[in-house]
Amino acid sequence: MQPGEIAGLKPSVPLRNIFGEALLEVARANPKVVVLDGDLGNSTKAELVRYEFPERFFNIGIAESNLVGVGAGLAACGFIPFIVSFSSFLLCNAYDQIRLAIAMSNVNAKIVGSHGGITLGKDGPTQMGIEDLALVGGLPTFVILVPSDPASMRRAVQAAADHVGPVFLRSSRMAMPHIYPEDACPFEIGKANIVREGDDVTIIGCGLMVSAALDAAALLAGEGIEARVLDMHTLRPLDVDAVVAAARETGAIVTAEEHLLQGGMGSNIARIVAAHHPVPMRFVGLADVYVESADPYRLLEKYHLTAYDIARAAREAVEARRAVGA
Amino acid sequence: MKDTVTLDYRSLREKARQIRLDILDMTTKAASGHPSSSFSAVEIVTALYFGGLLRYRPHQPDWPERDRFIMSKGHAAPLLYAVLAHAGYFDRSELWRLRQLDSPVQGHPIQGMMPGVEATTGSLGQGLSLGVGHILGGRLNGLDYRVYVLLGDGECQAGQIWEAAMSAAHFRADRLIAILDYNKYQETGPISREMALEPLADKWRSFGWHVEEADGHDFEDIIPRLKALQQVEGQPSILIAHTVKGKGVSFVEADYRFHGRALTPEQAEKAREEINATG
Repeated sequence: MQPGEIAGLKPSVPLRNIFGEALLEVARANPKVVVLDGDLGNSTKAELVRYEFPERFFNIGIAESNLVGVGAGLAACGFIPFIVSFSSFLLCNAYDQIRLAIAMSNVNAKIVGSHGGITLGKDGPTQMGIEDLALVGGLPTFVILVPSDPASMRRAVQAAADHVGPVFLRSSRMAMPHIYPEDACPFEIGKANIVREGDDVTIIGCGLMVSAALDAAALLAGEGIEARVLDMHTLRPLDVDAVVAAARETGAIVTAEEHLLQGGMGSNIARIVAAHHPVPMRFVGLADVYVESADPYRLLEKYHLTAYDIARAAREAVEARRAVGA
Repeated sequence: MKDTVTLDYRSLREKARQIRLDILDMTTKAASGHPSSSFSAVEIVTALYFGGLLRYRPHQPDWPERDRFIMSKGHAAPLLYAVLAHAGYFDRSELWRLRQLDSPVQGHPIQGMMPGVEATTGSLGQGLSLGVGHILGGRLNGLDYRVYVLLGDGECQAGQIWEAAMSAAHFRADRLIAILDYNKYQETGPISREMALEPLADKWRSFGWHVEEADGHDFEDIIPRLKALQQVEGQPSILIAHTVKGKGVSFVEADYRFHGRALTPEQAEKAREEINATG
């Protein structure tokens, strides 16, 4: 089953294709945008820029440490480097380079981690970025963006280019269905989007899990549970107000992410809920596991990242709320 | 040339003496730091800033056309700060705030915290990549500045150095000049014993670099060779500068364990006498 199917969302092309188009758009609009590739431009679709602006596209080869350093040097010269490769390769191979040359130096560089999550599928766990959000979360100056559909990807790439400072943007090989109309996707860094209203429980998702959350909300509606769904497209700065409002107004929260539970979106939301307005919470994500090679949809099922898993977690959270009389 | 400072050899030696004394005082007052790693490269960095090599404007640190100096061996931060102070980037009194609370004079350089500090370094092996980025940026901006990167010898054990070396040759970065402070020691001992680098010149040549060697404490050797490297076309250059770790203070030269250690006030007094005697 494809995420978004139950909710009736319109299917789209792989998110990486949208990313490539959006990157080309910002490169066209701003001559300071340069692209640095770790020899994966055909997979990440960053190569679209190479065809039109070869002088602003640099394939640094399979050498992520140098890739990041060269990009940081270009940023110091006033350019806006988009450093694009697989999320796992950038953050795991070049973490210290990102830490010093970009985060600590606070330069205007963008890291695009493609193939985030498990839905790259058959290439297997060596290529999957299931810890990327936790790792970039350890770099205090980074804005962290996780778009959830084609329109939000376009807006996120533009927002990354416009923001002055380090930005991490997660891209994906997966086709994410349309959540927003192409011309009407709100995207303000640090402001979560309410994509469905509801009073009984809030499901907070990012990336692909926003579609799955809308599916779960459709399932729950059939049982008389009205779920609010938040698209948490910015993980830093996290929208504290939206989280606290969700806790106050719905009394139960489920988080859903295509990432390890440790250090990802859910644990950071839990920190805010615990401090401001404790309510029952449940967490959908990967629990201390490396995933295997397989079809992405089968992986989502086996590793419990489907609408059914989210709906189950929501029922539990609602029951927990009722048990405490809230 | 405009925007360069050119002292004669006698004045350069005097400048080096002052800078060595400042490094001594900074690290002794901070009671920490890497005096010996700073001492070994004093003549190299002094030559760049005061030997007519580097184009810079201390009161306009972001001048787009400036030549870049990237201190890849970030633990030689005291040397960098001392040279920048003498060059006029900031008041020399800032030097005594090294490693103090609420001071921008960090133990290892942080980009943007002090004028003239081009890069955040200290985790070794990263500076040369930044230099390649500055070269590509210069080309896109139509500027002809040069980028000088001071490498430690120990950090040449890091893979990123060779990734950067490969890319610099690929991009025919002939305005990139690396200088290797080859003092033959890393933190835990002699490089030849801990993790050998030789044949080092051959390694750089095999990566497509033009290689020269010099006595890294002799201005009359360093400066003409760097000027020759400025003329190299089509490939990046490296000057392998043979140096002595702890140069200028006999008991520091004799003991590599001074790597990450400041001198005591008593040792510093003795060191001061020696530095003044050699100046």
